[in-house]
Amino acid sequence: MRSKIEEEISKRILVLDGAMGTMLQRYRLEEDDFRGERFKDHPHPLKGNNDLLTLTRPDILREIHDAYFEAGADIAETNTFSSTTIAQADYHLEEIVYDLNLQAAKIARASADHYTDLTPNKPRFVAGSIGPTNRTASISPDVNNPAFRAVTFDQLAEAYEEQTLGLIDGGVDALLIETVFDTLNAKAAIYGAEEAMKKRSVTIPLMISGTITDASGRTLSGQTAHAFLISMSHAPLLSIGFNCALGANQLMQYVDVLAQHASCHVSAHPNAGLPNEMGHYDQTPQEMSAQIQAYLERDLINIIGGCCGTTPEHIRAIADVASKFQPRKIVKEEAE
Amino acid sequence: MSAKTTLVLSGLEPLIVTTESNFVNIGERTNVTGSRKFLQLIRDRKFDDALEIAREQVEGGAQIIDINMDEGMIDGVEAMTTFLNLVASEPDISRVPVMIDSSRWEIIAAGLKVVQGKCVVNSISLKGGEAEFIEQASTIRRYGAATVVMAFDEDGQADSYERRIEICARAYRILTEVVGFPKEDIIFDPNIFPVATGMEEHRKNALDFFAAASWIKENLPGAHVSGGVSNVSFSFRGNQKVREAMHAAFLYHGIKAGMDMGIVNPTMLEVYNEIDPELLELVEDVLLDRKDDSTERLLEYADRVKDSHKTKEKDLKWRDQILEKRLEHAMVKGVIEFIEQDTEEARLQYGSPLKVIEGPLMAGMNVVGELFGSGKMFLPQVVKSARVMKKAVAWLTPYLEAEKAGTSNKSGVIVMATVKGDVHDIGKNIVGVVLSCNSFEIVDLGVMVPTSVILDKAQEIGADAIGLSGLITPSLDEMIHVAKEMEMRKMTIPLLIGGATTSRVHTAVKIDPMYSGLVIHVNDASRAVPVLSSANGKDAQSFTKQIKTEYQELRELYKTRNAAKRYVSIEEARRLRRRIDWNQTKLVVPNQLGIHEISFKLEDLVDYIDWTPFFKTWGLHGKYPEILTDSVVGEQAQELFSDVNAMLEQLKATNALTPKAIVGLFPAASKPNDDVVVFDEHSNELATFHFLRQQSEKDSSANQSCLSDFIAPHDTGMTDHIGCFAVTAGIEIEQLAKEYDAQHDSYRAILIKAIGDRIVEAAAERLHLQVRKNLWGYAADEVLTNSELIGEKYRGIRPAPGYPACPDHLEKLTIWQLLDVEKRINITLTESLAMEPASSISGYYFAHPESHYFGLGKIGKDQVEDFAKRRNEPLSYCEKWLSPNLNYEPEA
Repeated sequence: MRSKIEEEISKRILVLDGAMGTMLQRYRLEEDDFRGERFKDHPHPLKGNNDLLTLTRPDILREIHDAYFEAGADIAETNTFSSTTIAQADYHLEEIVYDLNLQAAKIARASADHYTDLTPNKPRFVAGSIGPTNRTASISPDVNNPAFRAVTFDQLAEAYEEQTLGLIDGGVDALLIETVFDTLNAKAAIYGAEEAMKKRSVTIPLMISGTITDASGRTLSGQTAHAFLISMSHAPLLSIGFNCALGANQLMQYVDVLAQHASCHVSAHPNAGLPNEMGHYDQTPQEMSAQIQAYLERDLINIIGGCCGTTPEHIRAIADVASKFQPRKIVKEEAE
Repeated sequence: MSAKTTLVLSGLEPLIVTTESNFVNIGERTNVTGSRKFLQLIRDRKFDDALEIAREQVEGGAQIIDINMDEGMIDGVEAMTTFLNLVASEPDISRVPVMIDSSRWEIIAAGLKVVQGKCVVNSISLKGGEAEFIEQASTIRRYGAATVVMAFDEDGQADSYERRIEICARAYRILTEVVGFPKEDIIFDPNIFPVATGMEEHRKNALDFFAAASWIKENLPGAHVSGGVSNVSFSFRGNQKVREAMHAAFLYHGIKAGMDMGIVNPTMLEVYNEIDPELLELVEDVLLDRKDDSTERLLEYADRVKDSHKTKEKDLKWRDQILEKRLEHAMVKGVIEFIEQDTEEARLQYGSPLKVIEGPLMAGMNVVGELFGSGKMFLPQVVKSARVMKKAVAWLTPYLEAEKAGTSNKSGVIVMATVKGDVHDIGKNIVGVVLSCNSFEIVDLGVMVPTSVILDKAQEIGADAIGLSGLITPSLDEMIHVAKEMEMRKMTIPLLIGGATTSRVHTAVKIDPMYSGLVIHVNDASRAVPVLSSANGKDAQSFTKQIKTEYQELRELYKTRNAAKRYVSIEEARRLRRRIDWNQTKLVVPNQLGIHEISFKLEDLVDYIDWTPFFKTWGLHGKYPEILTDSVVGEQAQELFSDVNAMLEQLKATNALTPKAIVGLFPAASKPNDDVVVFDEHSNELATFHFLRQQSEKDSSANQSCLSDFIAPHDTGMTDHIGCFAVTAGIEIEQLAKEYDAQHDSYRAILIKAIGDRIVEAAAERLHLQVRKNLWGYAADEVLTNSELIGEKYRGIRPAPGYPACPDHLEKLTIWQLLDVEKRINITLTESLAMEPASSISGYYFAHPESHYFGLGKIGKDQVEDFAKRRNEPLSYCEKWLSPNLNYEPEA
């Protein structure tokens, strides 16, 4: 049976939300906000661990999800980009990852359900955000020992499985393995997610979104856009796409490659341009949506949203322009 | 053709095998069972050399590389994992997909876990029964690989046509119906067995394979066919010639039968059409089992032919070509050896030196220009080509003068200069060389050229354009000045702007409005040619109009964007400063206070060189050391690297460079107004640094940063310290560059300057290390690798005046006075406060663990007014020096 999100995506272009980090920065949070009552005695600094706010400032997360739905997003991403044992090890918080994922999914679920109730003909969805972790399975962190790996496939798969269990239990509609800079990490994520689904006897649609690091047109681990697509095509995917690192203008040619070859839906959530000399994104919503329009005119997109530097204002502008276009049709392979 | 019959694989790049594709070569030399050499290397754990074998195969045309570690003495799981990890870090190898080859499942499983692309498993089979086969195929699928299936079942390996098709059909059914394996990801290996073994039952081995391949293609839709080709010639080991012919002929017939891919050694393969006809007939007799005595006759032939090795001749064939072709070859390849001899021959043949230049030499350079323009040649090669050209022209110059040849047929005359106050010219020189390769005449006025000299010269010779270059920020103002002056003089020729600090936006906003002629930002040597051609061509007017409009739009965009940015007042910014908890900080008193002079030996610096920017200078983009093996620029990068190393060796051997530094470490305290006061040991004030604070509003909890935040304030009662330094690669660099120029060797002239920049960076890095560990000693226990050093993974920073954290160049004056830099190590400051020699760095040291780099960005008038007071200088003077950082237009 097709899931609700699979049904909806065949009808229209779905709009993914914008940046979480950019929104959190607006709150100018301090160490105390991150700690809350629960972690007030944690022996390590916690400021900057945005995923932890799920437990310590759920009110803020709800506000941000609401703001994006209000702006016209169809899909909210959970605040779980770094909610794996591997990424949380930096903060010595490996124990709480299940909880982080469960609660983050629940907060987003509540917000999505609230907006679906308001406009039932426009159902809202929750995608469980699964980040790349801070380790790469294909690249050695030690230039003097290129055969070394800081993390293995099995370690990654196990961490991703645990994350996915929390996300499933929290009620997500899809899993978004995103900002893939190393395809092997993503393969492990798919593997771990499949294990988790087996354990819970459910099938949750998978979305994959890679990252083209720069004008070389490759992922950090060196693959071209097309090679990345091929390497991900063994899993049944709801969508494949690219996000982060580049602005919409720079990213389009790579999304185009996916649109030409992918036999699933295509997504993109670019940054709000390239960062300025201060590391800030200053592309306006109008500028960004104008660039997104070029994607839509070329019929490249099923799911569109924003990454670093995007705000509800950006998503509103993007949703506006997306509503004027038809989604990309999947090129069905010819029958035998 | 339906998409379903397409096998797609990937390394770093895709490999798409359709029915229309030619045969796919699978490299076989990285296989311990097939290559004794590879086995030995793996056994001895000489992985670097083993990688070379993989690289040779890819370079030799292998589209997939087969990797096999099945040997009793080797830990196969470990060896497979290590080797695949190493392959992953070599982009010119890992661009192709790998084939994980093993008869042991645990080795295959280990391999699948370290490959990011879509690889191929070689192989699984029904040998261990259906249950195991299904389990293994399902696992392969989950790791996203295709698989080879051997024609092997519970009863053994298929050795007849019937057994082959029976097993393949059964495996196909299980894979597609039970496992759900994609048809196109199934590759059958119906067993290639030796022929001409003398055994009767082997006579049909090749024929049966061909027949089975055809049957599979006919009856098992989507599936592919592969095989290990060298098996077929097993009985002729040691006879290269016969084996090469057998492989070629086998493939010819195998491909016709439907074979899509095969494991072959591309260097052990003859071209089918070039096989000696007698041998071909004998080989085909054997393969196709055409005669009863074919084996005997082939053996007889094999005995007759001595194994003839193909010998590599030294490649001087090009010397046999006609004169024009030789000149072209010398220029395209940058070969200087014969150029004077050939030029002389041309002079005699053409009867006039000018005709030589305008004829064959120009033609050669045009080829270079075209190749460069189309991305088939790279900058270092072009510079070498130019060296050949210059050498040729130098040979002809005396004759030219004798002939008093009048005008030349140039594309245009360009006056180029680094503006007043600036001494950086590497970029300008590269652009000059590229332009001269494209038949522009370059009048290079050098560095530190005042506006009037540039413009007088341009008017005197009737230049077609002016190119300005500069690296430090005050040069931007100087360029504005040049543009203004051109307008005053009512000039109309195009003005080109380039150099590291210049930008399209700056050119549009600040320079373009000053001059009604064409002003254009060109920061890329390869773009200089088309820009100048358009600017001086017949459509010059519309080109100018187009650029003017573009810049007009940029200006408007800039205005709206700038207006949108918000700034906080300097008081508010100071309130939002980073508040270090000084009670929690252990301040370390330097081991050796005061001023110290330090000399470096070049050999001690080489290890600290960060090569990546060096390659960037030459337009070769990529990280060192990966750039050396990059598939696109690797070859050029290697050549450049070996040239620069040769130069370094020579510099070391002759002690031609004397890198020097001076460091001072002083007690210091910060003040609430962002000043830092420097004291001597007896608390006498020596100097004051006036730092600037960020004012553009942050949309985060980040602070409004200023370097003074990293020094403890007076009122804490603690004694903190600050350091400052200046370092140079050696005053000899400019002299060496001049000497090379005098020898018409602009390549080396640029090279020495580029390496000077790297040496001074290395010296600064080395010096900083010495400060951290010894002189100051706050990180005495620090242990970092060179790459970590280059990545600045240490405690403390060394920001430099004129760079983003402290863009104020005036601070150099304070450092110079404090350390007596000019007198002690001979670095002087120009009127724009650029350091001379250009390969020099100066800056401060901050030791606090929280100190970090940031960009100041734009600042408001309130801070500049306050700054003027702190400095005790007029506002307009401060505004001039800080102009790139002002968020407002100062009153003229």
